[in-house]
Amino acid sequence: MTTVSAERLASIFREVAGTLVDDFDLVDFLHTLTDRATNLVGAAATGLLMADPRGLLRYMAASDENAKLLELLQLQNDEGPGLDAFTTGRPVVNVDLGTAAGRWPRFAPRAASAGYRSAHAFPLQVRRQVIGVMNVFGATGSGDFAAADVSVMQALTDVAAIGLLQARTIRQSEVLTEQLQSALHSRIVIEQSKGAVAQACGVTVGEAFTAIRRYAREQNRKLTDVAYAITTEPGLAARIITR
Amino acid sequence: MITASVQQLAKIFVEIADTLVDEFDVLDYMHMITERVAGLTGAPAVGMLLADQSGRLEFVAGTDENVTLVELFVVQNGEGPCLDAFRTGEPVVNADLGVAAARWPRFAQLAAEAGYRSVHAFPMRLRRQVIGALNVFGANPGSDFGDDDTALLQALADAATIGLLQERAVARGDLLSEQLQSALNSRVIIEQAKGAVAQAHGIGVDDAFKAIRDYARRNNRKLTEVANGIITDPRLRQRVLASRSPHQEAAHDRP
Amino acid sequence: MIRDSIQAVPSSPGTGLLHRVVAAATGALAASGAGVSVMTESGERGVYAASDPLTERMEEMQFVLGEGPCWDAFTLRRPVLVPDLDGESPDRWPMYRPAAWDSGIRAVFSFPLQMGAMRLGVLDVFRRRTGSLAGEELATALAFAEVTMTALLDQHEEAGTGAADGLLDAGEHRAEVFQAQGMVMVQLGVPIAEAMVRMRAYAFAHGRRLDEVARDVVARRLDFGRDRS
Repeated sequence: MTTVSAERLASIFREVAGTLVDDFDLVDFLHTLTDRATNLVGAAATGLLMADPRGLLRYMAASDENAKLLELLQLQNDEGPGLDAFTTGRPVVNVDLGTAAGRWPRFAPRAASAGYRSAHAFPLQVRRQVIGVMNVFGATGSGDFAAADVSVMQALTDVAAIGLLQARTIRQSEVLTEQLQSALHSRIVIEQSKGAVAQACGVTVGEAFTAIRRYAREQNRKLTDVAYAITTEPGLAARIITR
Repeated sequence: MITASVQQLAKIFVEIADTLVDEFDVLDYMHMITERVAGLTGAPAVGMLLADQSGRLEFVAGTDENVTLVELFVVQNGEGPCLDAFRTGEPVVNADLGVAAARWPRFAQLAAEAGYRSVHAFPMRLRRQVIGALNVFGANPGSDFGDDDTALLQALADAATIGLLQERAVARGDLLSEQLQSALNSRVIIEQAKGAVAQAHGIGVDDAFKAIRDYARRNNRKLTEVANGIITDPRLRQRVLASRSPHQEAAHDRP
Repeated sequence: MIRDSIQAVPSSPGTGLLHRVVAAATGALAASGAGVSVMTESGERGVYAASDPLTERMEEMQFVLGEGPCWDAFTLRRPVLVPDLDGESPDRWPMYRPAAWDSGIRAVFSFPLQMGAMRLGVLDVFRRRTGSLAGEELATALAFAEVTMTALLDQHEEAGTGAADGLLDAGEHRAEVFQAQGMVMVQLGVPIAEAMVRMRAYAFAHGRRLDEVARDVVARRLDFGRDRS
């Protein structure tokens, strides 16, 4: 059952993107994100935990700050979908709390008595390092999330990680300067490699670019890395287009 | 009008989010954004310009890299929708190239000759700065986009800006460690402030949080900053729940 | 593990707990030195402990110059991890950076001694080689920062007290503890740091866990302003 609507998704996307390019408060942003995640899928509550250096999951934000929810979130250091998602780096979805007592003897009954029927958890990751988890509680039985919903919720969890890093870089003017310089410089290297490939393969520069991109994807390499290689490795330009 | 299905939007949203939490190539990412914009709008050409330190707009990515199109980007250092969006920080939408000769004599002529009928530009904003522009060329004259469309395309331009900064942040492990510690500590400050407000006003900690958040919003201040102020300044602790007019609050809170 | 490494440092007359902490941190983090500077909201500034004379100079220099990683860690309220002093932009610490470099320092890691809005100072770790704190080293450094904070907070300078543990046990990193800290601050009309000192003293005197005491405060079963502590 897909509960996500195009309008809601577009509006979340606009809000998130607009916030992350402006001066924003991280905790406030994470609260907003848990609110939006809850509304988007018609969940009852959403909470976000981040890991401290000891690997303990600590409460960061929730759609609702009531004590019962906080207790459930904190319990995840012992057991629960959050701990599982945190440990495995994979989402845990559509768990029916009514039948989960065997899996999580303490968490499941408490969550059920707090009025929740289902639970889900999404890992918060940066470069495949798991740094936290987003917990979603549903008021209805299991099976709420279709595959498309799972990827949207995972994307919203990714946004929390993006916000964590963005909160920092947005205030550092030297990061912007360096990144702009680096992007503009990479662009020059791409122009140079386009020229090299156009010359070596007898194609237009536009075709050369398409070929370089295709080559980078096929080789699973970064576009800029391939462009650098073309300008430094003799013979590579001629090999970009294989006939 | 953009008629994006939820699947289309979700796919783009997921693609952007997934890319930004892993190592990625900025230019690849910028190209991806231009392609998704073209896919959503059906525009024949989309490009992206970034300003260098002297304020010159440089072409960085496009759906098509043909000479005519690149020339259309270059000429906008003198005049054109990107320059306007860059200077004003506001989107330029639904400009009919057939009647734009007075506004941009050279650009309008070149663009019309290249077969485009309309043009749009969205500023790439970062705080109060503009760092570039996303440029969309349409095949229809005039009113391609409604308000919702404009907002969605602006969000994609913002996503491009986020990617520019994110690449570096993702690549630096130390930065992630620093940020995690900072976030965890901010959370503690908010808990402390909740306790202080709950005690000072005889309310529950849940209500205290709502009061602090409302106060921060009303006064256009950051949540963590207000929470910290509540700990260090007993007068702010009182004011968070006092019913007073907004202009008075603003006057009192700034030292 | 942290406690053992601190206990292993021989105590001699005049060396307090913090001197043993910085010595142990230097060893555990394969550092050239570690130092603790006190920095408070009320403007107190000064070097409190240093593992060796060079580290002491490095610490003092930050106050003399009014710049350096320890200032940033304090004002930004987050660790400042500089794995390569030479890799920083030239306008970051224009005076401190070359001076540290000339003294052979290549990397510096500064950890604020803080818990939410409560700030007591900074723990600085210096190395003569470049490179990030690897693997468990970051967690170890943060654990030393917590021990340092506890020692400063309790003002126990005598060795061998329970202060060589972290300020809070794992289970005590709960929202209620921090909420209670804010409440006690208001109940007693004291600074946020003092509120934690009172809560810890109360828990110790009554043989109770800090999080249990906190829960009573939040539930308003216990009021430090009203009840005898």
